[in-house]
Formats: sequence, structure tokens, C-alpha cells
Amino acid sequence: MKSSKTLGTANHAMTQLVINERLCDGVVVLDLDGRIVIGDGSRLLHTEVARLLENGQMHIILDLQAVTHVDSSGIGELVSRHTTTRNAGGRLVLNRLPRKVYDLLRVTRLVDVFEIYDNEQAALSSFSDQSLC
Amino acid sequence: MSVLENVVCLTIASQLEFIDLVTNLTDNLTNLAGFDEESVYSINMAVRESVANAVEHGNQYDPNKPVDVTFTLSPEHLHVSVRDRGEGFDPSDLPDPLDPLNLLNPAGRGILYMRTFMDRVDYGRHPEGGMVVVMSKSRIAKVDIEVIENSGDGEPRHDTIGN
Repeated sequence: MKSSKTLGTANHAMTQLVINERLCDGVVVLDLDGRIVIGDGSRLLHTEVARLLENGQMHIILDLQAVTHVDSSGIGELVSRHTTTRNAGGRLVLNRLPRKVYDLLRVTRLVDVFEIYDNEQAALSSFSDQSLC
Repeated sequence: MSVLENVVCLTIASQLEFIDLVTNLTDNLTNLAGFDEESVYSINMAVRESVANAVEHGNQYDPNKPVDVTFTLSPEHLHVSVRDRGEGFDPSDLPDPLDPLNLLNPAGRGILYMRTFMDRVDYGRHPEGGMVVVMSKSRIAKVDIEVIENSGDGEPRHDTIGN
């Protein structure tokens, strides 16, 4: 089963993040488009993952392919959402990282903290061998 | 100021909205100076981190406390200084973000990124108050250089250095 909706935008004049939500066999895929930087971008990601956890949706994939810029605040928000999800008994994994975002994780030794995938099927399969989108 | 140097100064109020203003100016200057795409991105990142630190940690969003950003372009380097009006801090007192015990901290990586993306980053206290961070990036293109040296066993060893 697959559904999709746009959750919200964090919009300054020049800082914009759009998050689109898809549900794929019990796994929520959040497609992030734009920048995860200090201010609204980081706050929107925080809010949307918190909302999923409150609704009992514990399996989350963040697709970062369309993310154009991340700063240390954005990296911190990814770490924070990873920790919060794990503490709630869920899993949050990253999919399709742009090279520059991967480099930011590598420099700070976070590539060993996150589960990182390069395609959605692999990310979905990590939750369940039967997850087919 | 040397006649061979160009200086651009910008003062912003301590609001996050103005960070993009500074980084857009940064991109314009670094493109104008002929930095390659990778360096333009690196300098943008470092300036963004330093200005965000000045607004958030230095001035603590106090609208009455400005952040001064000065770009000095010489034939060899770009120097960027960012001054806040905060109480100041000793960078050596900050937790190491690479310490396994700190990996899951949501904050504390900004200075590491600044040091990663720039050639040099120095902190000091301004004589009239506040902290100043001065960052430098060489304008001289780094090229891959193949270094051939004898490894001691009679076979030449090839290493590639550069960015």
C-alpha cells in the first residue's frame, strides 16, 4: 500500500525545506527537498518525526536525495531524530545521501551511527524482507 | 590596507534570517575571486557555521548585539573574520565531537566543520569586547601532485597529495 502527502514547508525568504510523506507497507518514507539548516528547516524535521512517533509510526526512512544543503544544526537534528526514534523503540534510517551530506557525516564519524542506504528497496528490506513498494 | 587587498565589511543584527545574506555575499565574493566550486562550497559552509555561532552562542539572539563580518582578499588568500559581542569562550574547553561519548550530541560540530573546510581557523578576543574568529583559505589552486620516492626496498612509492 502506498500513499503520499506533503507535510509542510519551512520557508524563509531563502531557507526552504519541503517534506513529503509516503507510506510503504508500514514504513514511512519522508522525502526531504531543500535545506536542513539552522532555523525553520531543522525545526520542521524535528516536528514531523516527533509527530510520526506520537502516532506510533516507528519505522522511518529519510530520503535525502533532494537535500541541497545541510549545516551542523541540520546534522545535529538528524542525530537527535535518530536517537529519539531509537529511544521510542523504532528505527530511523537514511537513504540516498548526496555526497556532500555523506561527507559531513564522515568527517564527524557519524557514518557508523546511522544506517545508510543507497536505494529505497534496500532501505525497506532492512525493516522487513516482505516490504515491497 | 594594502593596495593589493580588497576588503568588504558587513554588519548584521543577531537574527538567523540574516545568515543567508552573509552566505550569499560570501558566494558572490568567492566566485569573483576565482575559487573553484568545491572551495566556494567549503567557504560558504565555514562562514555559515561561524555566523550562526556568533548569533546563537555569542550574542544569544540579542537584537542589540551586532555580528561583524569582514572579508579581506589578497592575491594569495581570502581571510574572513566574524566578530560577536558575547562573553567569549576558550575553544579548547569545548567537548571533542569525535569522542565516542559525544557522537550522539545534537550540537558541537560547527567548529570542527570550520576547521575542516578552511585552511586555518583562529579564535581571539576583540580588544573592544566579544570574540573574533579569523578563517583563511588559500586562493592558490591545489593540484594533485604525484610524489615518487624510494620506499627503501628499491621500489619507488607513489603517493598522491592535494585535494
